[in-house]
Amino acid sequence: MSLLQIDNLTVEFETANGWFRAVDGVSISVDKAEVLAIVGESGSGKSVSMLAVMGLLPWTAKITADRMLFEGKDIQALSGAERRKLIGKDIAMIFQEPIASLNPCFTVGFQIEEVLRIHLGLGKKERRARAIELFTQVGLPNPAERMNAFPHQMSGGQCQRVMIAIAIACNPKLLIADEPTTALDVTIQKQILDLIMDLQARTGMGLIMITHDMGVVAETADRVVVQYKGRKMEEADVLSLFENPKSNYTKALLAALPENATGDRLTTVSAFFDGNPEPAPSAGASA
Amino acid sequence: MSDAKTIDTMLEVRDIKRDYELPGGFMKPKKTLHAVKGVSFKLERGKTLAIVGESGCGKSTLARMITFIDEPTSGELIIDGKKMDTRPGHLTSEMRQKVQIIFQNPYGSLNPRQKIGDVLGEPLAINTDLSAAERRNRATEMLIKVGLGPEHYNRYPHMFSGGQRQRIAIARALMMNPKLLVLDEPVSALDLSVQAQVLNLLADLQDEFNLTYVFISHDLSVVRYIADEVMVMYFGEAVEYGTRDEVFSNPKHEYTQTLFKATPKADVESIRARIAAKKAASAA
Repeated sequence: MSLLQIDNLTVEFETANGWFRAVDGVSISVDKAEVLAIVGESGSGKSVSMLAVMGLLPWTAKITADRMLFEGKDIQALSGAERRKLIGKDIAMIFQEPIASLNPCFTVGFQIEEVLRIHLGLGKKERRARAIELFTQVGLPNPAERMNAFPHQMSGGQCQRVMIAIAIACNPKLLIADEPTTALDVTIQKQILDLIMDLQARTGMGLIMITHDMGVVAETADRVVVQYKGRKMEEADVLSLFENPKSNYTKALLAALPENATGDRLTTVSAFFDGNPEPAPSAGASA
Repeated sequence: MSDAKTIDTMLEVRDIKRDYELPGGFMKPKKTLHAVKGVSFKLERGKTLAIVGESGCGKSTLARMITFIDEPTSGELIIDGKKMDTRPGHLTSEMRQKVQIIFQNPYGSLNPRQKIGDVLGEPLAINTDLSAAERRNRATEMLIKVGLGPEHYNRYPHMFSGGQRQRIAIARALMMNPKLLVLDEPVSALDLSVQAQVLNLLADLQDEFNLTYVFISHDLSVVRYIADEVMVMYFGEAVEYGTRDEVFSNPKHEYTQTLFKATPKADVESIRARIAAKKAASAA
C-alpha cells in the first residue's frame, strides 16, 4: 500500500472567464521511504496539487479526486478537526520562502514549541528539550540561544533550517518540500538538500520534492513526475527520465538546460513543439 | 597578442572600492561596511564578463558602481577609453547613455501605471528631440527586435508574463544604443524554458550591436554557457578572475571549488553514482 495515493485529482478556480483548471486529472503515489520529485514550470500546477492534499487551498477552489488516500484513509472524508490532527503531524510541509513562512511576531522557539504542544501534548520542559534537540539535528549553531531569536535575526538558510525542524518535529510519515531551496544561494542549497536527504534516509519518511530545477531532481529523486499546464506529461524513475525521456516536453526541458547547449544557441521549449504550445500527454504519462 | 594596444577595451575598473556607513546609535559607534574591497578588471568590447558570488558578496554593489547608481569610495572607472568622473553632478547624459542596466526582477522594475510604449519612449523623450511619431517608430522597432510585436505598444506591464517583461526591460535598456549592458541576475526569476529564450535573445543582440555584457549571476551553468571571462567574488573581494575555461577547468581558490561542488549535477553519470551510493548505504 502506498503512503499517499491520489487518483485523477482536479483543482479548479473560478475566474471572470469561467472555471480555470489548474490541475487536470493528475495521479500521484508515494511509497514509504521514497523520494518523488514533481517538476514543472510556474503554472504547471505542481504546488497547487500538493496544497490540495494539505487542505491549504482557499475555499474558492473546487477540488475533485477519485481517490485521495493517506495510509489507506480517505483524506477527503475527514472533518476539519480530524484533518488538522493529521496535517503538521503525519504530513508536514516546507515552503519556498523561509523568511515569509515563519511568523515575524514570535520567536522561532515559540513557533516550534507550539507544534510540539498541539500535536504531541508535551509539557513545558520536555518541549524545550525536544526543540533544542531538533535545532541541533538540523544543524543550527547555538541551538539554546537560537530559541529566543526572531526570524528577522536569522539568515535565509537558518530560517529554512528552522522550518525543517518544525516540519520534522512530530516525525512525519510524509514530508512535502515545495521548492525548499529556490530562494537560497548555491552553497546553502547544497547544505539544505543534504540535510533533507539525510533526514529522509534516517527516518524513512516519504518525501515529495516540488521543484523546477532539473539539477535538484537529479540530486535527490528516486522517481519523477513531470507536469505541464496542470497535466502529467511523464512519470519515470530518475535515471530513465534523464537517460531516455519519453515525453516531448521532458526532452525540451532537458535540452533547454544551459549545460546541454550544443552550438552557440540554446534549444527552447517552443522550438521543440514546432509552434504547437500545447503538447499532448504522451504515452508515458498514463503509466 | 601580448600587445595591450591592439585589445579594444570597453570597460576597465581599477581598484574600485565602496564603503557604506552604518548609522550608529546611542552609545553605539558608527560602523563602516566594506562592500567592495578593491576590484580590478578589464573587459574587451563585445565580450561577456560573468560575476559570480553568493548574496552579500558585493556583486550588485559593483554593478551599481559601473552604472553610476552608486558613487565609488575610491578607484577608477574607465569606459570606452574615457575616465569617468563619477562625482554627483559631473556625469553627462552622454556618459550615462553608454551604460545601461537590467535588473533581476522584471515584476518590480517596470512601472505598473506606464504603458509599454511610454516605457520605451521615455528615454528618447528625455535625451533626444525626436518627434512623438519618430519615438513611436523607434519603440515599435525595438519591440520587434526583442521578440514582441507592435500590438504590445499600448499594453500595461501586468498584461505580460515574466519572460516578456524581461524582454521589455531589455528593450528599454537598448533604446539609447548603449555600448555596455550590466545584467543583474537577468534570468534567475524566470522558468527554465523562458530562461533559454532570454539567453538566446541576449546572444543575438550582442552579435547584432557588438554589445559588451557584465553578467551577474549565481547560476554556474548559465555562466558557463554565456561568459567569456569569469570573476568570482567572495566578501567584497575578487578571489578568482580568468577566462571561462581557466576558471571552470582549474579553479584555484577554495571558495570557487566549494561553489562548483555545491552546484547540482544533472548528467546521467552523477545520477548513476548517487543511486549506487544510496543502494550501498541501505544495504549496509
